Parts: sequence; structure tokens; C-alpha cells
Amino acid sequence: MSGALVLGVVASAVMSGTSLLYATLGEIVGERAGIVNLGLEGIMLIGAATGFAVTALTGQPYVGLAAAATAGTAVNLIFAYLVVGRRANQLASGLTLMFFGLGLSALEGRPFVGALIAGLPKVRLPGLGPAGLGGGFMNDDILVYLAVPTALLIWWLLFRTTWGLRLRAVGESPSAAVAAGLDPARLQYQALGLAGLFGGIAGAHLTLALTLTWAEGMTAGRGFIAIALVIFAKWNPLWAIAGALLFGGAESLQLQLQAAGADVSPFVMNMIPYLLTLLVLILWGWNRQSAAPAALGRSFVGVE
Amino acid sequence: MQRDGAARWRWLPARAANFASVAAIALTAFSVLLIAAGKNPLQAYVDTIVYVFGNAYGFSELLVRMTPLLFTAIAAALPARIGLINVGGEGQLYMGAWLATAGELALHDHSAFVVLPALTVLGFLGGGLWGLIPALLRALRLVNETISTLLLNYVAPLIVSLFIFGPWRSAESSSYPQSPAFVDAARLPTFFHSRVHAGLIYALACLVLYWLVMTRTRFGLEMSAIGGNPEAARRLGIPVFRYILAVMFVAGGVAGLAGMAEVAAIQGRLVSELSPGYGFVGFLVSWLAGATASGILVMSLLFAVLSSVGDILQITQGLPFAVINILLAGILFIVLGRRPIAGAAR
Repeated sequence: MSGALVLGVVASAVMSGTSLLYATLGEIVGERAGIVNLGLEGIMLIGAATGFAVTALTGQPYVGLAAAATAGTAVNLIFAYLVVGRRANQLASGLTLMFFGLGLSALEGRPFVGALIAGLPKVRLPGLGPAGLGGGFMNDDILVYLAVPTALLIWWLLFRTTWGLRLRAVGESPSAAVAAGLDPARLQYQALGLAGLFGGIAGAHLTLALTLTWAEGMTAGRGFIAIALVIFAKWNPLWAIAGALLFGGAESLQLQLQAAGADVSPFVMNMIPYLLTLLVLILWGWNRQSAAPAALGRSFVGVE
Repeated sequence: MQRDGAARWRWLPARAANFASVAAIALTAFSVLLIAAGKNPLQAYVDTIVYVFGNAYGFSELLVRMTPLLFTAIAAALPARIGLINVGGEGQLYMGAWLATAGELALHDHSAFVVLPALTVLGFLGGGLWGLIPALLRALRLVNETISTLLLNYVAPLIVSLFIFGPWRSAESSSYPQSPAFVDAARLPTFFHSRVHAGLIYALACLVLYWLVMTRTRFGLEMSAIGGNPEAARRLGIPVFRYILAVMFVAGGVAGLAGMAEVAAIQGRLVSELSPGYGFVGFLVSWLAGATASGILVMSLLFAVLSSVGDILQITQGLPFAVINILLAGILFIVLGRRPIAGAAR
């Protein structure tokens, strides 16, 4: 592997890992509050389509980004109403949300298939990295720069603030949280709103920075990979950074090898992220230390 | 989550009326969205009714669309009975189609009496073995089957593409990669000058078998015991480990039959876009049906009608077929939101 290839892989690992990191952070917040959202894939699709459509209409990528974040939040609140307000089954509601996102994004994105957009502007940070290093490294969009600080912020929120402590208490034992005078439903709504926001941003980064086009179902399972990354990260935002980089790396290695004309079928290389995810889950399963919030996936029906 | 379903299905007329109201609400909301997108929903609904019920062919197409849903719904229902969540019907369908195609390529010199049974067995085996992977990971308590079946859904179509872009690529089709056309002996028979094929009979037979096993055999009883309380079942001496493997193998196999029927009856060759999400829709059918056989029959038919709306939208109004997912999801959202809040809702 040549030096340029390595740098290329790293640079594009950061690029494709960014979207995964935002999605994973959102899912971590939700799961820390005790709620599994299998609909992340759908939220990302809606974010991707909304961000692309609004950018194409207004010519303003930041407006598109804001629209994607808003749409992600709004749609995730439908899910929140079902699983928190109505105590519906989380897995079925999540899968339904995935379908909803698949359909809604297809409807939204249809008029914009083939549209051209400028995408999120590249920002060169003053004093960071010489110009042109590795062909574009340190010359990224704002979401790339903010990804790691966001992870730190989420970590701080979850583990160093009262709000985070309360949120985690709800995820561990809602009845104990009630006994302590907390309102689990309110905290879960907040967590899922935040998760939707990040899911929308994660989707928007795909269309506004990575592909610059819209295609139906373009997230291709990234939402599910992010859910697996939550397990990999042991529900910790800091570990999520490492996980997103690893999986972004797998994805970009595949792209770089293809570009370099490696004699491996593209279909085999496309399998890598899914198989790597499964492998990581197997290794983690072997370890069998459960870091999962104790009340994860259960509907809280109240205390007698 | 399926346990309370069986009781509800006993009042079928009441359920039907209830479901009609749910469908009406969802259709109204869907119409609003379509109008917002500048489309004409009423025209689409009228077109659908004319298309589906206007002549015998349209109605036969409903049965064609229902067939894979029956298979994939059973593939989700069977594991649901022991508390497993198989969302991998899509991947299992693709692997069934893949292995059936391998069988056709190897056996196409033989008569239909050899080829068709072989294709059936191979289709079942392809899906079943694919289903065994998450089963094993779950039985060994390594990976939750929900996430592993979801991930494997993305791998199976890539295996299919690998072969039809590679060793199985037909010489006659240079632009659109696909396997060579199946010989006539490897085509499932069709009926009444329509596309309704023997796969429907397979699917109905599977459904009857499913009902018999669940209600009339020791296996059904033991599966319910595992679904109710796996730890208690284990202490009763029920081999839970073996049940997980066997149930997921059979469930994957049934989904594999859907894939076999798609290549051997509908497409006549292996193609990359085999299924517009039959595996996922089958899961939702099974969930709405409370994993009961009668429910699956009714819900598959209903979802086949709803998918026809998607066909119409695609043909007459230029919308992607995936748009129909909004309607399906809308119905599920309402059902999920309407369920009484009860302690059992876990």
C-alpha cells in the first residue's frame, strides 16, 4: 500500500465515519434512556432526502442541513409517541419507522433525482495542517470537524450532568427514577428528540458531503450498522469515535481498493462492512460483559 | 409480543371492521401526502380498484403478489412463536433463489420430475442454511438475532450479484446482467393463463402445515412454552437450543421457497432485483396477524391489495414503488398507537 493510498483511506475514513458517528451518538442517547430505535435507518433516509431536496431548492446547504435535522427530530418524535406515550412494542415500532422513512424519502427525493448541488462548503481551519496534505485532509466540511467535539459533548452530557444522570437512571430502572421524583416519559421524549436530530444530521452528511446525489434507499444499512456500533461502543460516546473510524475505514478501504483497480469483486468488498459488524458483535458476545442499560427495550408501564 | 394476538383473532368480523377503519385513516393521511406531492390519490385508488377487480387477470396478479408474502410471513411467524425476531426473510429469500438457480444450472438436462423437486429442496436449503447463521449465533448467546438477520439481509443480495455479474452471467444479455434463462423443465407450472403459479399451492400448504404443527402437535405446544418462558421450558427438559436452530432453519427455508418461486416461476432466471422488500413486509404481515395462520392469510391478501396501489402509483403517476411503504407504515403506526396500554406490552 502506497503512502498516498494510506492517506486517502484515512481521509475518506473520516469522511464516511462522520455520518456513522452522528447516527451512533443519537442511538446511544436513546438507548441510555432505555429505548432501542431500529428505525434509525429510516430517520437517516429522511435526513438524507430532506437535506438534499432543501439544498437543491434553496441553494443553501446549511439550510438543507437544518431542515434535515428538523425532519429527523419530528419523525423520531412520532416513534417516541408510540413507544413512550403509547408503550408500543419498540422493535415493531422501529421497523415500521424504517419503512416510513424508506417511503417518505423516496417520495421526497423523487423530483430531485439527478439534481446538482454544491454540498457543504469545505472549511480550511487556520493553523491546522499544511494546505493540500493528503489531498483534502484537514480541508473538510463543518460536520467533520464537529463530529469528535459532539461525541465529547454527549459524553459530558450523559456522564457529567444531572440531566445525564437522570436519563441514565430512566434507562436502568424507570420505577426507581419515578421513586426519585423524575418523569421518565419526559426524559425519554427529550432523548429521542435528540436522537432524531442526530439521525437527520447523519443522513444529511451522506447527501450533502459524501455522494452529492440522492438515490432511493442510499443509506444501505448504515442505520443498522450504527445500531451495532452502539453495542461495540458499550453505550459510551467516546468508544463510538473509535467504532465509527473503524467502520468508516472499512468502507473507505473498499472504495480506495476499487479505485486503485484491485482484482477483487466489488460485491465481495461491499460485504465487508456488514460482515465486519457481525464479526465484532460475535467477539463482543464472547466477552459477555453486559454494558447495556438494564431496562433497555422494555416499556415502562408505571409503578403500582 | 405475539402471545396476545391469537385471542384477538377469534373475533374476526370485529377485527375486520376495526382494520377497515384503520385502513381508512391511513389512506386519508396518505392521500394528503400525495396531494402535497402534486399527485392525484383518488385517481390512483380508482385505478387500483379497476385494475385489481376489473378483470380476472388483475385479480390473478393479486394472488401472484400474495404468494411471496405468505412465505415470508410464515418465516417471521414461526420464530415469533418461540420469542425470536426473524427480520431476515429478505436475505433468506435471496439465498433460496440463489441455491435454486445453482440447482437449475447443474440439472437442466433432466426432466421436470427431477428438476422441480430438486429446485424446491435447494430453495428451502438455501434459505434454511442462511437462517441457521443467526440461529446459531443466538443459541450460543453471542449475537441477538434481530440485528444479525438485519445485517445478513444486506449480504445475500451481494452474493446473488456476485454470481450473476460473474460466473453465471448469461452470454445473451450483455447490458443487463442475469443468469441464463431456466429451461422449461425448471419452470414452476402456472395456471389459468395467468402468472399464478404452483408456488401459491406450496405457500398455502406451508400455511396449513404451520397451523397443524402449532395447534395439533407436541412441537407447537413446546414452542409456545419456549415463547412463554424459555428458562421454565429449559427446566422442563425442552431442548431450547435445538428448537432455536430447527425453527430458524425451517423459517429460513420457507422464505427460501419464496425466492425459489420468484426465479422458477416469475422471472425464469436469477436477477439482482428479485424482491421489492417481500421479506420485510412479510414480517409486518406476521406481526399484524399475531403470528396466527388465519391472520397471515387475511393480512397477506390485504397487503397484496395495498401493494397494488404502489404498482398503480408507479405506472400511472411516475412515483417510486417504495412510496407504498408510507401507507403500510401508516397502518402499522395506527395499529401500534391504538393497542391498549397494558402490562403485557413488552
